[in-house]
Amino acid sequence: MMKTPIYEEHRNALPGPDDITRQVLPNGITVLSRANFNSPTLSIKGYLHSGSLLDPQGKLGLSYLVAFGLMTGTAHHDFQSLYNEIESIGASLNFSSSTLTTSFSAHCLSEDLPVILGLISDCLRSPSFPDKEFNRQKNQMLTALAIRAQDTSAMASLLFDKIVYAGHPYQHPDEGYSETVQAIERDDLVDFYQRTYGPKNMVVVIVGAIDPQVAVDAVNHSLGDWTNPTQAQLPEIPAISPLQKRTQKTTSIPGKSQADIVMGSHAPDRHSPDFHALRIGNNILGEFGMMGRLGQRVREDAGLAYYAYSSLSISLGPGAWEMIAGVNPSNIDQTIALITDEVRRFVSEPVTEDELSDSKSNFLGRMPLLLESNSGVAVSLLNIEHFNLGLDYFLKYSNLVQAITQEDILVASRKYLDPDRLAIAVAGP
Amino acid sequence: MTNSTQFITLSNGLSIHLKEIHTAPIISTWVWYRVGSRNETPGKTGISHWVEHMQFKGTQAFPAGILDREISRVGGVWNALTHLDWTTYFETLPAHIFDISLSLEADRMINSQFDGLEVERERTVIISEREGNENQPLFLLGEAVQNKAFSQHPYQHEVIGEKEDLHTITRDDLYHHYRRFYQPANAVLAIAGDFETQSMLERINQIFGEIPPGESVKQKLPLEPPQTGEKSVHVTGPGETSYMQIAYHAPSASNPDFFTLTVLDSLLTGPSSLNMFGSGGTSNKTSRLYRALVEGEISVSCQGVLQATLDPYLYSINLTVHPFHTPEEVLNAVDQEIQRVLDSPVTSAEIERAIKQAKALFAFSSENISNQAFWLGYAEMFDSYDWFENYVDHLAQVTPEKVLEIARTYLHPNNRVVGFYTPEGG
Repeated sequence: MMKTPIYEEHRNALPGPDDITRQVLPNGITVLSRANFNSPTLSIKGYLHSGSLLDPQGKLGLSYLVAFGLMTGTAHHDFQSLYNEIESIGASLNFSSSTLTTSFSAHCLSEDLPVILGLISDCLRSPSFPDKEFNRQKNQMLTALAIRAQDTSAMASLLFDKIVYAGHPYQHPDEGYSETVQAIERDDLVDFYQRTYGPKNMVVVIVGAIDPQVAVDAVNHSLGDWTNPTQAQLPEIPAISPLQKRTQKTTSIPGKSQADIVMGSHAPDRHSPDFHALRIGNNILGEFGMMGRLGQRVREDAGLAYYAYSSLSISLGPGAWEMIAGVNPSNIDQTIALITDEVRRFVSEPVTEDELSDSKSNFLGRMPLLLESNSGVAVSLLNIEHFNLGLDYFLKYSNLVQAITQEDILVASRKYLDPDRLAIAVAGP
Repeated sequence: MTNSTQFITLSNGLSIHLKEIHTAPIISTWVWYRVGSRNETPGKTGISHWVEHMQFKGTQAFPAGILDREISRVGGVWNALTHLDWTTYFETLPAHIFDISLSLEADRMINSQFDGLEVERERTVIISEREGNENQPLFLLGEAVQNKAFSQHPYQHEVIGEKEDLHTITRDDLYHHYRRFYQPANAVLAIAGDFETQSMLERINQIFGEIPPGESVKQKLPLEPPQTGEKSVHVTGPGETSYMQIAYHAPSASNPDFFTLTVLDSLLTGPSSLNMFGSGGTSNKTSRLYRALVEGEISVSCQGVLQATLDPYLYSINLTVHPFHTPEEVLNAVDQEIQRVLDSPVTSAEIERAIKQAKALFAFSSENISNQAFWLGYAEMFDSYDWFENYVDHLAQVTPEKVLEIARTYLHPNNRVVGFYTPEGG
């Protein structure tokens, strides 16, 4: 097999302290970069600490609209000239907001990095939120919310959050609701922007065909002199109280052919010592192969659904462990019973040795695929920084996974999953 | 870093396409069959897609579940897709254990069982898949438009098939469809990744060389007569939002007009991504229709879809109608923009910009091995790999005169179906 040294360097190496450059700029921005010269392209991703947790109660969806509005106009560009810069070079750039962060993501040829960083800086530092564009975007968002109201999967997920996060700020969707978006004015955007956007604890990651130090210098050149002395801190995230009894709710969407079910429980924070046991456990329950045990029971054995799987959302603050299926409305009860039964089995007896070995092998084996693309590496570096995992995280990763036992999974799962206290949300006709 | 591409044909007729790429320790293997909804007859729609599902039910050598486990254990991914002209199966695996993908694909090319009980279980799974699609207004609208646009050609049906057919197709129907189309000479094996071509060829010969050639596939498809007048179709359904699909009969991918229409689509609705996997598209905010309709607040979104197909299919413009406007106003605005193309020819500068965009998107498409392996086989399903390799060069030959001619020929009201989705609650 013919290989040149450069392949060897990059092909098999997991990102680590030796090839990740990390530098904190004086204004608080952390820059991470890793080179990959396999194709002449770059992935640029980052986030800052502003999100829907800072939305005023009656104006949920505000942070979402602010992120959406960053690219509608700036001190140096109107809407068309801004997008003309991006689209003329075939690049992409977008901003989005979630609960705790506002993120950006870009893709470009490496020669175009200065253009893209210039635009990121312009959008973040001098957005003008033009009136005309604001009204248009608000109407677009209201239409998106009307479409969401017809989406059984999205509505079941929304209802699930309402049950599992009852009384907690996470019970609300980042995009808000029609009535709260209706209440948002252009001045709210300006106010929110001024209060919450700034470089403190911001992170920028650049991966691809570039010398990492050149990437750091380029970020410093574009964003190194940005300050906002009054940048707000995110509030403390409260704990949630677990459900005391099984709670099932239904949203009716007349005229639909299929119903969606989202059921499950809360889950812990990313820093929980249970994290790896739960991730592997979830893989066995509803991911591995054709959707794990749930796929086998609901799809393969019973033929009830095209999809039946589980998903673990763990970040900062309380997370969620969801079991999801799309079924004919006449099969809702049967499907809920089958999934409940699988949850009961999951917390009653340990997973088998083979199941554990399979899932561990899957977690380690998929690393080359996850880290193949620039964007895959960029997401991994963002997570390392966001959750403070350390630059050697991928080097330690194999040991973290291998250490998990059958007992660890049983003990950890029992803390969160209880078949008699599940949150169950259904949206359908 | 990317080596040359090698094409050979085995004595049983199987086409082999190989591309060495040593950027990551990964190999992506795809088997493409020339069978899709295009090859289906009335009463048996959806059968190609159902056969694809049955191909995951195992064989004697690889019983169901065993392979899934083997592939998942090594962190690989595998899946399959069925479309108008083709069905494809792929495995992307760590290079050191990729061999299993060859054994698996050779085995299920001839040895699948189609057990009766498994067929019945899969029937309800596929009906559930269809019901999930029916929840989407754009699926309902697209299905109606396709149906209206073709009276003879099998492109009139959605790939998933008619619900009545999904209730009545039998185990034997499925098995016969499988045996008829799953032949070496009706397939392309495309592999890209971290291997050495010569030893790969030897291994392929060992594993696939023994498969008998089988009977060649002969099928006479009905020709679709040219459309002579504008058609429309109305769908009603739940919701508050109106949608439109304006679908023009389009050239097949091998017709040189296709590249000109690609450039015209890029100007009207924005450039198309060449990436099936991962990132690599761009937005369409500077396109003519976006500026006129979305910035003009007549529609909320607009998107163009031009698919590379074997026979002439459709070029569709999908629009979400603005709540303060009517579908008729949207149609008028689209027509004005098309009229503008006809009245004042597009400039060379606009075409050059579209080509520059395509070049960047082409570079993004080579970022990942699965995507490169995808194109290695996909392009063969409607033309040849040259089509993809010379994609940017083909676009570079487009002139303002050709764009004008293509707009006149294809974007004429007589050549289109206008589909309206009207919400019952709107």
